[in-house]
Amino acid sequence: MGSDFCWMIGGPQGSGLNVSAEILAKALSRSGYYVFGQIEYHSNIKGKHSAYKLRISGEHVSSHLDAVHLLSSLDEETLIGDLYHEFPAHRGHVHEIAPGGALLYDVEQKKFIELIGRKDIFLWEMPYAELLDRALTEAGKPGQARAYRIMTNTLALGASVGALGFDFDPVAEAIRDSFGAKAGKVADLNVNAARYAYDYAKERFAGQLKFALPAAPPKREQILVKGSQAVGMAKIKAGCGLQTYYPISPATDESVYLEGYQSDHNLVVLQTEDEVSAIDAAVMGAHGGVRASTSTSGPGFALMPEGLGFAAITEAPGPVLVLYQRGGPSTGLPTRQEQGDLLFALNAGQGDIPRIVMASGDIEECFYDTFDAFNYADRYQIPVIVLVDKHMASCYQTLPPFKTSHLKVDRGLVKPANTNGDYQRYAFTKEGVSPRSVPGQTGGIFWSTSDEHDPRGHITEGIGNRLAMMEKRMGKVALAAREIPDGKKYIYLGPAAPQKIPVLAVCWGSTKGAVHDALHHADPHHAKYAMLHIRLMSPFPSEAAKNILSRAERVVCFDGNYSGQLARLIRTETGISVHHSVVKYDGRPFSEDEIMVALEAAKPGVGERLVISQGRVVEPGHGNLEFDQMLELREANPKMLAPMVPLPPGYNR
Amino acid sequence: MSTAPTDVKTVQPADFKSDIHNDWCPGCGDFGVISAVQMALAKLQVPPHRVAVISGIGCAGKSAHYMNAYSFHTLHGRVMPSVTAMKLANHDLTVIGVGGDGDAYGIGGGHFVAGGRRNLNITYVVMNNDVYALTKGQASPTIAKGQKTKSMSEASIMDAINPILLALACGYTFVARGYALDTKYLSEIIAQAIEHRGSALVDVLQTCPTYNDLHTKGFYAGQIEGQPRLYRLDQTGYDPIVHNPDDPVEIAQKKAQALLKSQEPGGRIPLGVYYKLDVPTYEDHLKAKIPGLQQKPLAELDLYHRDITPNLQELM
Repeated sequence: MGSDFCWMIGGPQGSGLNVSAEILAKALSRSGYYVFGQIEYHSNIKGKHSAYKLRISGEHVSSHLDAVHLLSSLDEETLIGDLYHEFPAHRGHVHEIAPGGALLYDVEQKKFIELIGRKDIFLWEMPYAELLDRALTEAGKPGQARAYRIMTNTLALGASVGALGFDFDPVAEAIRDSFGAKAGKVADLNVNAARYAYDYAKERFAGQLKFALPAAPPKREQILVKGSQAVGMAKIKAGCGLQTYYPISPATDESVYLEGYQSDHNLVVLQTEDEVSAIDAAVMGAHGGVRASTSTSGPGFALMPEGLGFAAITEAPGPVLVLYQRGGPSTGLPTRQEQGDLLFALNAGQGDIPRIVMASGDIEECFYDTFDAFNYADRYQIPVIVLVDKHMASCYQTLPPFKTSHLKVDRGLVKPANTNGDYQRYAFTKEGVSPRSVPGQTGGIFWSTSDEHDPRGHITEGIGNRLAMMEKRMGKVALAAREIPDGKKYIYLGPAAPQKIPVLAVCWGSTKGAVHDALHHADPHHAKYAMLHIRLMSPFPSEAAKNILSRAERVVCFDGNYSGQLARLIRTETGISVHHSVVKYDGRPFSEDEIMVALEAAKPGVGERLVISQGRVVEPGHGNLEFDQMLELREANPKMLAPMVPLPPGYNR
Repeated sequence: MSTAPTDVKTVQPADFKSDIHNDWCPGCGDFGVISAVQMALAKLQVPPHRVAVISGIGCAGKSAHYMNAYSFHTLHGRVMPSVTAMKLANHDLTVIGVGGDGDAYGIGGGHFVAGGRRNLNITYVVMNNDVYALTKGQASPTIAKGQKTKSMSEASIMDAINPILLALACGYTFVARGYALDTKYLSEIIAQAIEHRGSALVDVLQTCPTYNDLHTKGFYAGQIEGQPRLYRLDQTGYDPIVHNPDDPVEIAQKKAQALLKSQEPGGRIPLGVYYKLDVPTYEDHLKAKIPGLQQKPLAELDLYHRDITPNLQELM
């Protein structure tokens, strides 16, 4: 972590900053670097603040760091925040720059520089409008900087690369790729503009920064992939035939990805009228003979328990439901991180619903878990929920290409061909799973109902039947618990039994990346810290977890929610109370640094609950304190009260 | 004496009857509807294993149990999402949705709207008796303002939904109305609905002998100014068919004519097909986009040996 470089670009939504970040990430990835990209954005289409952070490493990384080494700013909000608001939301990102780091900014933002009050960083000024005009003039479009202002993102990218002293060629190639084959001239213009900024910054700033890119590892085959893409690819590979969805952040990216491959892979993607319809259609698609899935986020999942129960009582082979958690309750924080739906996913629905709930810990697990989810759905004829979250859905990571040769599709028990009018869809069997039939085939007609039913599928309220059917349905979860291998239930990194574990960090979901990286850098041989990552939430690996937890002298459980939901689940499933429940609910994911801060703070005598925000343990009431500080800062600088100018004068030619 | 060849097994209405005991109230109009569906399928010679019947909740919902076909008794109001997915999974199946008026036009209202827009080749039969019978007779969305059945504690103070108007507005390409106690004619309408390529709504007026004392057998049999209350559109020279689907003027005219018929003043109620438009279905559009569907239905395609190497290469 000491040698990793952290680059950030900030600016208004719609300014193309994520395009710039992804171009840089691609150029670095192709040059052999490992990168991890994290994006923070408002629930807004254009104008509000976004920031993209890229961690660049010489070794595999799966988390972000708090400190920024080079910040490239596209607007004044990146510098000083939105302090002109009555209730400001943030104070910009300059305070995140490590001492000795650098800020690249547009000359038009000069007047805001004195307000940031940093003397310990490089302040590198860039004349973007002028450089842009030079590139436009060369392309036969002089004096049109205003019309092409959107290209400032490309200039900011070029300047960053120049200041870093990294080669321009891979960046130029990645810029061209991002425009696709269609736009030769536009791509040329962007490459030229980026090159002007590159040359300008390289000449003036390269070599000054004490932080530098780590040495590039040897080139190898790797992909640069987002969580939502990994889930989408897994659905394709698993043979998903019908994907249903109602648009919702941050789940939509996955369905949009799949929509692009309908023709290539004979896949039907159905945008429904609401989430109720999305799950019901997925359930009926599964009954209809295809592998079916839906994807949603918390507010959409809130509409789906009805369909989940229907899938369960009719023993549909699915659906697979990918739940992208985001900040709640209600509409909450539509584009921000939270792991707040764990207990909801486990408990949603009327009565006792058999279900499998998986919680992927990283992008690779997203791929393999989603693939497995379809096998479980078919094998146990049960709804399967794959829990992911906003952070994992939208972060970018370099990974080896997913391996697919060992993946096997298991469609479970199907109706034997020789049934002759005596076929019972819900027959009691030794294993508890009934062979299923698909509409359209002869001799396989069956009935099904959302009511309690007999083996034939007709309504009954008989006591014996009720007992047997409940045991049959719920027994499938126990069967899954027996059959699913341990490696897919949890991941433990630490001393083998019966050795004691000094400190055990327990985590779930995307927090795994931060915990894994933190322990890898602080204690690679697990002399002090061990990690337990829970990957399967239902059926919960109670015995294994109990064995590991009981060997730990101190258990620190990480939860990206207010109430410590994993800690509560562990108590329910194992009877063990963790020593420290570390929670983060500020709408942002855990960073690697924050994991170490929490592990070091979690000492005897410190309270059971530790709240983490912005790189430190904070006291209750911290939010108000920080909020007051922002107001004081604003009062001290009356200039901050002025709303920002929509278009800097340099562009008004 | 019949000369039908003995080696060809013909489909009979009885083939669609399940052997389960039927617990609808004696005299219920639902019996007529389910018989009509069975007669229509037999008329079209669709074998039972090629039929999926999907019903909602309520008295109408039980229909799925009384049909010998792939039968799904689903959730209240969710017939349309389920019908949609069954058809997408296997576009060669005959997919029939059966629901009540509360199910289709109340709780399932949003789904009903979307179902019309999609124009999948499906048939939706709605048993319309103005009440929520299985929960003991509360007002459904089709009861008119000011009306009060014996089962309602107060007269309705809301306007009624007009299912024909609603269906026309939503984009259903076949809109018809039948009467449960005229089972033979109803079966002809349902057969036409099944044959129609596109989303078909058949709103079925029916009696609820237990809870609705307004719209009784006698009410529907009544005369208005010397003429019967119910009459057949096809006996009046009414032409519901859009003959040139490429002509927006004709579409508008046929739709306008249906809109007027659906609101006929004076209390007379037309039965039959109000509107019929043959345009490409949702499946047609899908087939144009997804080549595999031109060969086989989705459920019969081998989707389990896909190669994602190109997907991975795009990310390199």
